[in-house]
Amino acid sequence: MSALSRVVRSGVGRKRVQTVVIGLVVMIAVTSAVLGGSLLAASQGPFDRAFDQQKGAHLSAQFDPGAVTGTQLAATAGATGVAASAGPFRTAQVELIDHFGHPVPPIIVVGRADAGGTVDRVVLDEGRWATAPGEIVLASGDRMRFGRGVVGRQWKAGDTQLTVVGIARSASDTAGAWTTPAQLAAFAGDGPRTYQMLYRFSAADTAEQVSAGRTAIEKLAPMAGSVSWLDIRRDAISDTILLVPFLIAFGLLGVVMAVLIIGNVIAGAVSTSTRRIGILKALGFTPAQVTRAYVGQALIPAAVGAALGVVAGNLLMLPILAQTNQLYGTNDSGVSPAVDALVAGGALALVALTAVAASARAGRLRSVDALAVGRTPQPGRGRWATRLTSRLPLPRPVTLGLAHPFARPVRAVSIVAAIAFGAAAVTFAIGLGTSLNRVQEVEDLADIQVNALHEKGARPGPREPEPFDDPAAIEQTIAGQTGTGGFMGVARSEITAAGISGDLDAVAVTGPDSARYYRMVSGRWLTGPGQIIVSTPFLTAAGKEVGDTITLTSHGVAVPATIVGEVFNPDNDGMQVVTDIATLRVAEPELVPSTYYVSVLSGTDIEAYTDSLKAALQPEGAMADELSHGPDEMVIIVNTLTGLLSLMLIVVAGLGVMNTVVLETRERVHDLGVHKALGMTPRQTTAMVIASVVVTGVIGGVAGTAVGVLLQRTVITEMASSVGFRLPSSVLDVYGSGELLLLGLAGLVIAVAGALLPAGWAAKTRVAVALRTE
Amino acid sequence: MTTPLIELHEVTRRYDEGPPALNDVSLSIAPGEAVAILGPSGSGKSTLLNLVAGLDRPSAGTVTVDGVRVDQLGEAASAKYRRARIGLVFQFFNLLDDLTVADNVMLPAQLAGMSRGTAERRATELLGRLGVDRHAAAYPGRLSGGERQRVAVARALMNKPALLLADEPTGALDTASGEDVMRLLTELHADGQTVVLVTHDLVLAERCATRTVQLLDGRVATDTALEVLR
Ligand SMILES: Nc1ncnc2c1ncn2[C@@H]1O[C@H](COP(=O)(O)OP(=O)(O)O)[C@@H](O)[C@H]1O
Ligand SMILES: [Mg+2]
Repeated sequence: MSALSRVVRSGVGRKRVQTVVIGLVVMIAVTSAVLGGSLLAASQGPFDRAFDQQKGAHLSAQFDPGAVTGTQLAATAGATGVAASAGPFRTAQVELIDHFGHPVPPIIVVGRADAGGTVDRVVLDEGRWATAPGEIVLASGDRMRFGRGVVGRQWKAGDTQLTVVGIARSASDTAGAWTTPAQLAAFAGDGPRTYQMLYRFSAADTAEQVSAGRTAIEKLAPMAGSVSWLDIRRDAISDTILLVPFLIAFGLLGVVMAVLIIGNVIAGAVSTSTRRIGILKALGFTPAQVTRAYVGQALIPAAVGAALGVVAGNLLMLPILAQTNQLYGTNDSGVSPAVDALVAGGALALVALTAVAASARAGRLRSVDALAVGRTPQPGRGRWATRLTSRLPLPRPVTLGLAHPFARPVRAVSIVAAIAFGAAAVTFAIGLGTSLNRVQEVEDLADIQVNALHEKGARPGPREPEPFDDPAAIEQTIAGQTGTGGFMGVARSEITAAGISGDLDAVAVTGPDSARYYRMVSGRWLTGPGQIIVSTPFLTAAGKEVGDTITLTSHGVAVPATIVGEVFNPDNDGMQVVTDIATLRVAEPELVPSTYYVSVLSGTDIEAYTDSLKAALQPEGAMADELSHGPDEMVIIVNTLTGLLSLMLIVVAGLGVMNTVVLETRERVHDLGVHKALGMTPRQTTAMVIASVVVTGVIGGVAGTAVGVLLQRTVITEMASSVGFRLPSSVLDVYGSGELLLLGLAGLVIAVAGALLPAGWAAKTRVAVALRTE
Repeated sequence: MTTPLIELHEVTRRYDEGPPALNDVSLSIAPGEAVAILGPSGSGKSTLLNLVAGLDRPSAGTVTVDGVRVDQLGEAASAKYRRARIGLVFQFFNLLDDLTVADNVMLPAQLAGMSRGTAERRATELLGRLGVDRHAAAYPGRLSGGERQRVAVARALMNKPALLLADEPTGALDTASGEDVMRLLTELHADGQTVVLVTHDLVLAERCATRTVQLLDGRVATDTALEVLR
């Protein structure tokens, strides 16, 4: 064994705590960075990857069987720009009855012999593909969620019995269900029949490219309708668009935390080793050898920690990825070797760099100076604090400990920073998670949705709910149900607004409780006709402010309106106008609600309520559906991550404190011996050591919480404004005063927890040994 | 004969390697005695003092001080024992650099729970008695060696200990300061304080001790009662 490696080995053995702390911190940092990085990689357009994996259709087109021939359709496969095609598949709009006998909103059923092919490779979530007549595969997606146990059930379409044999998903959202071509042909449904053709284009990145492809196809066969993948993509990612910044923030937090703590621990370790380095140099080691010895000493535990961190990070990825896979129908393993290598390599490089930088500093010291420093704090430092605390009416060991950090101001500041960073990150993570949950809640304000039961003149393509025949009766029924907390009727229409190009969706509301379904950013809720509520992007696009008037045009009739409020409403990317139904009746006298949103009184069993409302509405030709509130999978992921991240950061900050207290105890071992010789009991020693982290803990906690709140507000505001929104206070102000107090105290708790172990060691130090240490 | 203040019975202290630092030592010291422990470096003098102070435990034998079985005390009990009965003076003073002279002196009393005000009064009185009261607000680093050792003695006397233990109190001092500290210990003894001090210096020992105990390789070589000269 060379002298150098012997020095390295003995160094690792001697500084057991620092070695363990470096290993653990590197492990935790690598774990969180791998997790963040892998998630980031996995979240990079989950839709896009699902779409790629499934060879999604850039254009799904419907053709009227009466208007085109099979030859024409076959010819479209060769249209300019078409790279691949599938079909023709027969499709029909079918009203299914589920195994409880409840009608399901009409869906498009496609007759397809198999799930694979060159376009739209449908992924089976559960069960198998339909192979015989009487079998059906349901599409799971945003619109429909099926619990376990649907596969194998008997559904009906009219009189036809259908066995659900599978649940599948199509990234291009090409069907509501699939069955065999023969079964489809056999459906006696009276809805119009169409053919579906699915196309992939050689270029389809822009709306122009997709539309050029469509034009080329239409030249060969007249189309009844079509859906561009870009529209589906926009719908699919609008939910997750707010979550991606969170993941980015998470990944960055992991990396920044890693940098900070690794730097902190190693700088601390090197600074206490100054004397050791001095001795090595006095023995004839060259500065380069000293540096190498030091880097080696730090790299051994760091490498072990990094390896464990990579494993832990990937293990933690598994359950989370299972969720995203479920959500997007992808089947990623989540293991990203590039991320693993990058994080582990980066962490080790960072450790090495810090060690080099810190030991190079010691290397420049002449050995005499190096030998002289590092024993006790520079005498004279922080004596004012000692004088000050000695006046406090507290036990002497406590007042002695309270003054300790002031003897080492630089180290104290760095540990305050570590605690503050931990507290800030925790505060930030919790706040961000809460904000995102609140954003999600905005969409979950209603519990139940009521729609008309039968669709008149059903047509293919995007399905709009039909207006109610007798809204007043519906309203009466809803209002009469026990448990009804409030409801709102909604009629949808298209309008234009002066200064904004293109059609806008208008949401015309009615009912006494409409205000509760929206979260205001500024202004007030509607009080009558002629008033509108809009989102921030609308105001930006129109160049208007709350209080301004704007001219809307509905069905060719000019409708002047006053903007009375700004609302947080991500629907239609914020380009939606909410108004009283009476406002639009000026132009559309026959406008009536097509949907009712109902919320129940708190404490009401929603399921039972829905069932009884369903029964009550049946005679009115309407049905009630419970809106799925259950926390969105992405929100669950974010919450899990938030919890995990907070925990890790607390542990890391605690380790940072522990490392510092161990250093302090080592440096003060002689003073400790003196104290004990003068009659300090183990309990008093513990009290002194713990008191020594109280000031840093409190300052770090308070500062960190403040910074965390500031970060949360800034980031969430930025996140929203990057997509053009301003946020309501319910999303911004997420911390209660009790929470803030707890978060502020968290710093103290972290500090005390970190100090406990070394305090115990200090209490156990033998005086005779301590006093011999010269 | 009065009951001894210190009673060592067949005490052996063995470290991991080497011969025992103390080998089967029995020694009894009466209240009011001033005993000088003499012997070459490594003969076990400090080990003996540490055992009496409860800073260390014997490998075999018993140590009884003022009726207390010191060898059986736990950590907390031995701290309280030191606080109440022992004053310690070291060769290198062991003053706490970041506390003022007064704060250093007050510390043992404050650890025992005495209020700051009471401790301050007693410290002022002690510092005055030892002639270093003008340095009360200064930090130890500013004081000469002799002054520092006087402060250390004041600190040792703070809790009115039954026993004052001094390990080579003049070892780090020049001759004049050394004599000064010796004179101080002699005066304290004259006032009735039991003193056990370790020293190399036979002359000084004979000048202020009533009895000398010579250690050699961890055993008591000679134990001589001196005539009281003064
Ligand atoms: N903590 C210890 N560990 C190992 N050996 C020790 C320890 N303390 C003292 N010794 C040894 O015990 C012997 C007596 O030491 P000590 O009592 O300090 O001698 P003195 O004070 O007479 O110079 C010496 O050989 C010394 O090396
Ligand atoms: Mg000695």
